Amino acid sequence: MTHSRLGLLIEKPGFLSLIQDAGRRGVMHLGLATGGAMDRHAWAWANYLLGNCFGAAALEITFGQVEFVSQLSTSIAITGAEVTVTVNGASQPLWATLSLKAGDRVALSAPRAGLRSYLAVAGGFSVAVGLGNSCATLHREKTGGLHRDGQPLKAGDLLPCESQSQNPPLQRQVPIDWIPDYREALILDVIMGAQIERFPSSSLECFFTQLYTLSPQSDRMGARLNGPALEVFGERLISEGISLGAVQVPANGLPIILLNDRQTIGGYPKLGAVTPRSLDALAQRQPGSQLQFRPVVLYEAQRREKAFLNFFNKTL
Amino acid sequence: MQWRYDISGIDTVTLHFGRRIDAALVAPIHRAAIALKASLGARLLDAVPSYTTLLLRYDVLQDDLASLMGQVSEVLNQLPDVTEDVDAELEIIEVPVFYHPSVGPDLKRLAQRAGFSVEEVVRRHSERLYQVFAIGFAPGFAYLGEVAEELSVPRLANPRAKVPAGTLGIADTQTALYPIVSPGGWNLIGRTPLTLFDQSRAQSSLLEAGQTVRFRPIAQDEYLELGGRLDDLPWGMEPGLEKS
Repeated sequence: MTHSRLGLLIEKPGFLSLIQDAGRRGVMHLGLATGGAMDRHAWAWANYLLGNCFGAAALEITFGQVEFVSQLSTSIAITGAEVTVTVNGASQPLWATLSLKAGDRVALSAPRAGLRSYLAVAGGFSVAVGLGNSCATLHREKTGGLHRDGQPLKAGDLLPCESQSQNPPLQRQVPIDWIPDYREALILDVIMGAQIERFPSSSLECFFTQLYTLSPQSDRMGARLNGPALEVFGERLISEGISLGAVQVPANGLPIILLNDRQTIGGYPKLGAVTPRSLDALAQRQPGSQLQFRPVVLYEAQRREKAFLNFFNKTL
Repeated sequence: MQWRYDISGIDTVTLHFGRRIDAALVAPIHRAAIALKASLGARLLDAVPSYTTLLLRYDVLQDDLASLMGQVSEVLNQLPDVTEDVDAELEIIEVPVFYHPSVGPDLKRLAQRAGFSVEEVVRRHSERLYQVFAIGFAPGFAYLGEVAEELSVPRLANPRAKVPAGTLGIADTQTALYPIVSPGGWNLIGRTPLTLFDQSRAQSSLLEAGQTVRFRPIAQDEYLELGGRLDDLPWGMEPGLEKS
């Protein structure tokens, strides 16, 4: 036990709380998933509010209900799902910096809307990077995270961080226009792939016109959808590397959107790939939410992605 | 070298080198991956080889599709179709395996099915070189091919809930080692004492696509000396599995 380390002491870990950053690079060829924050929009804002660099590790809290005690004076920010946050019982704003003193107790309720909260701390959590230059927690692989064993946070875990060095601490909040409404109907942008020739035109028309519902069987590997089944020509393909957001259609015809923790190769036919910006929004939809799809051209999707990355990569 | 590509995502392209699984594609895809990594450096975020393809992930802040594919074309079109001296560049990884029913519960059934003795199955499995076609399913899980036709056997109808790390299996014409404990439907014939995947090692996965593997049969003594473990429970005693 290291006594010199201080940080946020977790008393209630919630349903699924994971250390996540921008995910791994350069290790997919070893069969390692990329991982990383599911909603980069809320995650990046939480870090930005505290002056942390893009890519800093934060805590991804799925379905709230977390409680922790700060052992030092610092600033935090909580963004994402619409939860009630209290510090020592007093309600506090989301999407804004919060100053903490040693001994302050912070609690998050279950979300009223949205699914994932991001908790960032000034200076970032001091978690060692591992595979792919990342500390992303990969539960299925038993790799990464706080203890490098892929385990979600449990009661008694200490999230190490430094005391606030800036005096006075930054006081920032996210402009209202940048706070998404997770109750809004979601239309996901899809870049069509070459394998659309595997689908009859009636299936493609169905996919882009009908409503789908997010299944409760969804997880960080894939968003499973309920709705009209799609017909696919031919057999399974030879396994190949799978892109983030790939929309694969297995034999039952119900599309699965492959997410951060997906397997690295697979052989189901794919319609295309949902864009990363759309996946950010999808990460906040609760099971049962209705989804629609629309095609987008690569150039436009890349333009939006670059605008997002450039905003958070610029000097703070 | 023959190739084509398609767009598979906002920051990914898939290069295609052939239409069917073919051992002759392993080396060219491996060489293409090495050449592209050397040429593109940090601009390439991932390069994922598989049976007939190489998936490239790039950084959209540094490259657009045109700039990336311009350089990819230049690199690939300079690669020779075949190397004259393929054998000379083979990097052979030797993997010691304890082929035995105590750690390979399907070994006897495979022998019976093929009409061979267990020893003959071991000889035929270990006498050839295998190539790593792809890595996937789990960290460091290498799909190796190709198994002799007479040893080829379909996957189990009911996958086992837990296959110990290091276990060697056969499914259809491929053979593979389970790097970490996982569920699995392959026919299990032995086990290696080597650690196939360890995230704390500089080279976390022992095997990578494009490599060549030779299995060296070892006796129980050497297996144990090299750190191999026997199971607490004999196979067939685990709940939910029929005795074979």
